Amino acid sequence: MPTLTINGMIVDVPAGTTIINAAEKIGIEIPRYCYHPKLSVAGNCRMCLVEVEKFPKLQTACSTVVNDGMVVRTDTEKVRKAVTGVLELMLIHHPIDCPICDQAGECGLQNYYMKFGLHKSRYDLEDKVHKKKVQDIGGQIVLDAERCILCSRCVRFLTEVTGTQELHFFNRGDHSEISIFPGRPLDNNYTGNLADICPVGALTSKDFRFKCRVWFLKVFDSICTGCSKGCNVDAHHKGDILYRLKPRWNDAVNQAWMCDFGRLTYKEMNEARLLTPFVREEGARKVAAWGSLLPDVAFRLKAAAEKGGTDRVAVIASPQSSNEELYLLRRLATERLGTSNLAFTHRVAGDGFADGFLIQADKNPNSRGAQLLGIPDGAAFDALVSKIAGGGIDALLVFGNVLGPLSEEETAALLAKVPFVAQVGTNEGPVSKAANAVLPSASVAERGGTFTSHVGRVQRFRFGFPARGKAKNPIEILVSLGNRLGAGWDFAGEASVFKAIAGTEAPFAGMSYDSIGMFGQEIKG
Amino acid sequence: MEKVLTTHFANERYRRMDTYRQYGGYEALKKAFAMTPEAIIDEVKKANLRGRGGAGFPAGVKWGFLPKDLSRPRVLVINADEGEPGTFKDRVIMTRGPHLLVEGIVISCFALRAHASWIYIRGEFIREARIVDEAIAEAYAAGFLGKNILGSGFDLDVTVHRGAGAYICGEETSLINSLEGKRGWPRLKPPFPASVGAFGLPTIVNNVETIADIPWIVTHGGETFAALGVEKNGGTRLIGVSGAVNRPGVYEFSAGVNLKDIIYNHAGGIKDGKALKAVIPGGSSTPVLRPDEIDVSYDIESMAKIGTMAGSGGVIVIPEGTCMVRALSVLMNFYAHESCGQCTPCREGTGWLKKIVGRIEAGKGREGDVELILDLCDNMMGRTICPLADAAVMPAQSFIWKFREEFDRHIGEQKCPYGNRF
Repeated sequence: MPTLTINGMIVDVPAGTTIINAAEKIGIEIPRYCYHPKLSVAGNCRMCLVEVEKFPKLQTACSTVVNDGMVVRTDTEKVRKAVTGVLELMLIHHPIDCPICDQAGECGLQNYYMKFGLHKSRYDLEDKVHKKKVQDIGGQIVLDAERCILCSRCVRFLTEVTGTQELHFFNRGDHSEISIFPGRPLDNNYTGNLADICPVGALTSKDFRFKCRVWFLKVFDSICTGCSKGCNVDAHHKGDILYRLKPRWNDAVNQAWMCDFGRLTYKEMNEARLLTPFVREEGARKVAAWGSLLPDVAFRLKAAAEKGGTDRVAVIASPQSSNEELYLLRRLATERLGTSNLAFTHRVAGDGFADGFLIQADKNPNSRGAQLLGIPDGAAFDALVSKIAGGGIDALLVFGNVLGPLSEEETAALLAKVPFVAQVGTNEGPVSKAANAVLPSASVAERGGTFTSHVGRVQRFRFGFPARGKAKNPIEILVSLGNRLGAGWDFAGEASVFKAIAGTEAPFAGMSYDSIGMFGQEIKG
Repeated sequence: MEKVLTTHFANERYRRMDTYRQYGGYEALKKAFAMTPEAIIDEVKKANLRGRGGAGFPAGVKWGFLPKDLSRPRVLVINADEGEPGTFKDRVIMTRGPHLLVEGIVISCFALRAHASWIYIRGEFIREARIVDEAIAEAYAAGFLGKNILGSGFDLDVTVHRGAGAYICGEETSLINSLEGKRGWPRLKPPFPASVGAFGLPTIVNNVETIADIPWIVTHGGETFAALGVEKNGGTRLIGVSGAVNRPGVYEFSAGVNLKDIIYNHAGGIKDGKALKAVIPGGSSTPVLRPDEIDVSYDIESMAKIGTMAGSGGVIVIPEGTCMVRALSVLMNFYAHESCGQCTPCREGTGWLKKIVGRIEAGKGREGDVELILDLCDNMMGRTICPLADAAVMPAQSFIWKFREEFDRHIGEQKCPYGNRF
């Protein structure tokens, strides 16, 4: 392992490490624009210049591989002047339109200007080169060529990650700009990442633009619910409104990326939410109180089982539920209601598009978890649907907003065959339009738990903010129903439920929230 | 004086195969095939042949950078993208003695064990490309190119690739990108072309003149070639003299010729009997010299000692009465136009230099503008992937250092003392 000295501090790094990464290891941040750990090294922004002993010229830290005994300085007057000089040149043609720029607050130019610049402009306003602003280049992206510092991150992303190469450099010198070819807009499912990797306000998100200043946003760790890949995401919210999802780096899952579909799943947590418990009487919704509705639902389920036999009660689980919720639901169905009418489906409406990279055909985050926890799907689900359609069920507890691939009409027709349908769901949908009792559930942002990805990676999503309206955490709903059916559960929150899962469910044996950690843990076998 | 390249250049037919062979053409190739590749490389090393493209890197040493193992095919790329303002020697070789180049390529490829070669000719050189193409066709027909050349078992294909008119494509890695059909942006080094070059293969990029010297070196031996020049600087070199001289043109001199001698003796002195004001000695990017500095040997080391470069051999003679601010402004326009846009300091800096020098010349210069230029130069010099920023900075700095009073007068008087010619 080469040992080198950076600013007088000694650091050991593996052979092949570049100076920029070696410095990071000891807490020295070398400024950079074009360097991105997940893309090839371009070395063209020239911000990361450092002094290396025995080299007459300053070297780019992003591209210079360390040698044993190398002596690097990032804090000399020469380096500082070089970095300030490069930053000044980056800014001479920049429109400095921060007040109307969506990147303000998370902009590389603002940040480094405060750290290295603080200079007065020596460039004449009328000398600025003007380029095209507000260009819709397709996908989720708007391009402002004037704000672009030509770092080439976006060009490299589209070459190296998506392979679609829509963006290119055009023209030369200070008239250089990135753009698409005429009539050839961004055409891939990962365009949102361009706004993430753009260090300045050149590529901004069409969806997020002008919605909220970033300094008002708070962030929590979550998992994308758009498919079974389990992309790690940062969820950005203000109060109880989610504003955007950004990929959270996890080399084992999504690296630094996420797809465009997943990126917009947050909208579901803002819009058309079920916020108050209600019952449907003679076709009309009537607001109900949790205090009376929970005992009522428990009673109806129990009564149906006692009257017609446990075979006339059924539970439909959801692959959108967490492992903890699915575990409690299974126990509720098998132990408290004593029924074997329990199933779920991970089939969803649509074409089941998958791309072999991040997007999976199964558009649910936790189908694998449901399977591992012993909830059957496939033929079992179809059998249960036939049973319901044949009038064989008197009381049904449904988790989720939709019944797999069934259309709204099919769902309505199916549920009409059951005298009592109770739903635990987050959003208005086919099920809430047909259910007799609706128990509003907290969204993924409003509760915590774990999902098991398609490869069996158990990952935590975190509580972001309290549930909207009167929605409740489904664990609380399940414990409450279970206890009214004599379960005697004393679970308090998802952590205690997971402890129980790890104790009794073989695939999860020995796991804990600690061992899952920030990046998840794969199940054994 | 013994000439290496230009002996028969006056003969219009020398560009044809038959005439070239009458004067002993392709005999060097036959001799080379009787030698080992290592022996040829040895001769080139002994010849002290320095790259003629501008940087003056020893050709034999460069050849030695190719990886030792032969598992990957190697290629030789000829840099015929002669774009440096003031330089026009390679085009003379291509139009007057294209077979020198072709023969040089075959010998060099044999020495380098390369079986493919590209000649990258700048887009503006339409006639030159045509003549080189004809020479290649003649060489194929005569069996000097293609399969099993002269029964030696050695195969070689040579292809002409036309550039599209970008100065930057004369930089070797940019040239390689352009050759591959990519945008002509210089590459970050390492890896150097000798390990990963054109199409990912080990690549040697040499200037036209460098390769055209090879047949003579093989015929007469490296030491004989070296003796034509001075220490560390073997042979002769082609020097293009332009500007205010009585006999502008391309001359072949010993590498150690005196610069003053070139101008006053060979090129016939300054036109219209004017006094000399300045000399740009080796192409537009080399630092300018005052008249009192030109009594100097034109070899690479002597030029470096006085803070300038022999570069690509383009001597630009500037007479008294020329506005140096205007001259610099012309140069700055060129570099701003030709910056590829990859690295920040060059992309933004060349344009800024152009604007400041332009406004000084236009009589709108301000107090502090000269200091601003020098500070900007300091922020650009040595800060980029390729030397284009340096190429813009070197004239800017040297013009100011050596002709500061003209800049100050422009700013003080708010006009060009030589009259507004815009």
